[in-house]
Amino acid sequence: MKRRFGALTAVLAAIVLSFAVASPATAADPLMINGAGATFPYPLYSKWFFEYSNANPGVKFNYQSIGSGGGIRQITAGTVDFGATDAPMTEEEMKKLPGAILHIPTAIGAVVVVYNLDGVESGLKLTPDILAGIFLGKITRWNDPKIAELNKTVTLPNADIVVAHRSDGSGTTDIFTNYLATVNTEWRAKIGHGKSVNWPVGIGGKGNEGVAGVVKQTPGAVGYVELAYAKQNKMKSASLRNKEGNFVAPTLEATSAAAAGVAKTMPDDFRVSLVDPPGKDSWPIAGLTWILVYKEQKDTARGKALVQFLKWAVKDGQKMEAALDYAALPKPVAEKVDRALRQITSGGKSLY
Amino acid sequence: METRTGRNPKDLAFERASALFAFAVLALTVLLFAVLLRESLPALRTFGARFLVSGTWDPVMEKFGALPFIYGTLVSSFLAILIAVPLSVGAAIFINEFAPAWLKNPVSFLAELLAAIPSVIYGLWGIFVMVPMLRDYLMKPLAKYLGFIPLFKGPVYGPSVLAAGWLLSIMIVPFILSVSREVLATVPQRQKEAVLSLGGTRWEMIRIVIGQHCIPGIFGATVLGLGRALGETMAVTMVIGNRPEVFLSLFQQGYTMAAVIANEFAEAGGLQLSSLILIGLLLFLVTLVVNLAAKWMLKKMVARASRGI
Repeated sequence: MKRRFGALTAVLAAIVLSFAVASPATAADPLMINGAGATFPYPLYSKWFFEYSNANPGVKFNYQSIGSGGGIRQITAGTVDFGATDAPMTEEEMKKLPGAILHIPTAIGAVVVVYNLDGVESGLKLTPDILAGIFLGKITRWNDPKIAELNKTVTLPNADIVVAHRSDGSGTTDIFTNYLATVNTEWRAKIGHGKSVNWPVGIGGKGNEGVAGVVKQTPGAVGYVELAYAKQNKMKSASLRNKEGNFVAPTLEATSAAAAGVAKTMPDDFRVSLVDPPGKDSWPIAGLTWILVYKEQKDTARGKALVQFLKWAVKDGQKMEAALDYAALPKPVAEKVDRALRQITSGGKSLY
Repeated sequence: METRTGRNPKDLAFERASALFAFAVLALTVLLFAVLLRESLPALRTFGARFLVSGTWDPVMEKFGALPFIYGTLVSSFLAILIAVPLSVGAAIFINEFAPAWLKNPVSFLAELLAAIPSVIYGLWGIFVMVPMLRDYLMKPLAKYLGFIPLFKGPVYGPSVLAAGWLLSIMIVPFILSVSREVLATVPQRQKEAVLSLGGTRWEMIRIVIGQHCIPGIFGATVLGLGRALGETMAVTMVIGNRPEVFLSLFQQGYTMAAVIANEFAEAGGLQLSSLILIGLLLFLVTLVVNLAAKWMLKKMVARASRGI
C-alpha cells in the first residue's frame, strides 16, 4: 500500500514538474488568438488562419464554430479575442457588452431556393410573392397558374409542393425569413423573422445537409440552403425576381452585387441587412457575416496581431473567397472596413 | 456496519470510498434536477401549467408550449417498442432454441453490432435509404388502401413519425435481443425437457416456459429499450420532420423533446432558452415516470410469476 502511494506521489510530482517546465516555454510559443461563433464562414476562416499563420509564424488561431449565438455570448463574457456572427447584434445584446464593439464584415453569404422536380432544370422563375405563398402554404401545387404564367416554356408537374426548412436555429433561416418579411406583408404580420420561426407548413431538416437530404429524397420538394452548399451538391436552384424587376440566378457575382447595391448607404457600424437590395444584378437573399472585436483591446500585443490579421483579411483574404464559394466584399465596402479598423485601440493608441 | 467491517481499517476505508461514489451519483442527479429547475424558472413563471397543454412553439412571438414534443416523444417511442419487441423476442427464441450452432454466433454478433453504430449514422442512413424505401413500399400502399383509417391518412412525404418509430426500433433491437437471450438462457434445462417428455411440441415448450418464466425479464428488456428510445436525439431529428404539431396520422411530421433541444439550443436565448431547459426538465420527469411505472409493473409480474410456479 505504502509503496503504491509512493508511486502515486512520484507520478503527481512528475506532472507538476512538467507544468513547471512547460510554462516558461510558452513565452516563446506563437501568440494564440481565440475566436468563436458562426459556422457559416468557418471553412473560409480556417483557410485564412492557415494561410496567415504560414506567412506570419508568430500568430496562431483557435476558432470554435459553435454558432452565432454562442459567438455573441462568448465575446460578451470576454472569453475569446473575437466573436463571429451571421446576424448583427441586437440593441439588447449590445447593452450587455462591457465595452464598445465593432462589426467587421468579412464575406457575403447567399441563401438559395432549391427544388426537386423531375424534368425541370435550374432556373425556375419565382417572384417574392410566389415564394412567400409557397412557404405560407397558400400555393400548394407546382402547376399553380401563378407559377405556370412565369414559366411558360417549362412543363410543370401536377404535384404537391413539399416545403423543407431548417429545424435548427441558424443564420441562414434568419436571412431567409428576413427576406420574406421584407417583401411580403402577410409573412411579416404572421410569422416575422428570426433564427428559428413558427413555420406554417413543411418538413424540418437539421442543418444544410438535413434540408438538402429532404429536398433530394422527396419529389416535389422545395427548400433553402446556403449558396456554397447548393453549388457543391449541384442542386437545382430557382431564379428570383429582385427589387428592380429582373430575374437573377444565384451566383457569387450576383451576391457581391447585392453588397455593392448597399455600399453607398452602408452605415458606419456595418450592421446592415442585404435582403432585397437595389441593383439590377443583385441576388435578393444575401447577408453579411461579421467578426466582432472590442474597440478597446486590453492586451496590446494580441490586439495588434488581431488588427493586422483583419487588415490582411479584408484585402488579401478577399481573393480566397471565390474558390471556397463565398462572395467577396465589393471594393468600396472593403475600403470602408479597412478605415474602420483604425478605430481599434489599446490604451488610447490605434493598433492599425 | 461495525460488525460487518470489524476493525480492519482497510475494509473501513474501502467501504467509505465506495459509499462516496454511490452518493456522488445521487448528488449528480439532484444537482442536475436543481440546475434544470433553476434555469427553467423564467419559462415556468411565464407559462405555468399552460406550458404542458399549449401546442404553440413560436420563437418570434416568444410563445412556447411542450405538448407536441411530449406527444411526439411518447408516440414514436411506443411505436418503436411495438415493432422491436416481437422482432427481438422472436430472434432471441430462434437463436437460443432453433439456430444451428454455425449460425448462432454470427447472427447474435451482428445483431449486437447494431448497438455500436453511432446514431448520426443511423440518421443519415435513415434519410437517404430507409425513408425513401418506407415511403414507396409501405406508406404509399397503406395510405392508398387503408387511408380511411386516420392512422394511415396521407399525404405521404417520407419523413414522419412512422419513419422515426421504425428507425428507433432498429436501434433498440440489440438491447432487447441480448437481454431476452439472457433471460431465455436462465430457464432450467430440466423444465424444458419435462414439457417435451410429456409429449409437448417445441412450440408448446417455448410457450409454456416463456409464459411461466420469462415474461418479467422480457418486460425488463423492453423498458431498457424504451428508455433508449425516449432519449434518442440525432437519428430521430433527421427523419421525424421536426414539426411541432399534435398529429393523428403516423405519416404526418412530428417532433420530440430531445430533438427540439438539440435543434434550437445553440442559437436560443432568453425565454426560448428557458423553455428549452423546461422541456429538458419535463423529459427528465417523463423518463422518471415511465421507469417508475415499469418498475411497479415488473414487481407485480414477478410476484405473479413466482405464484404460478
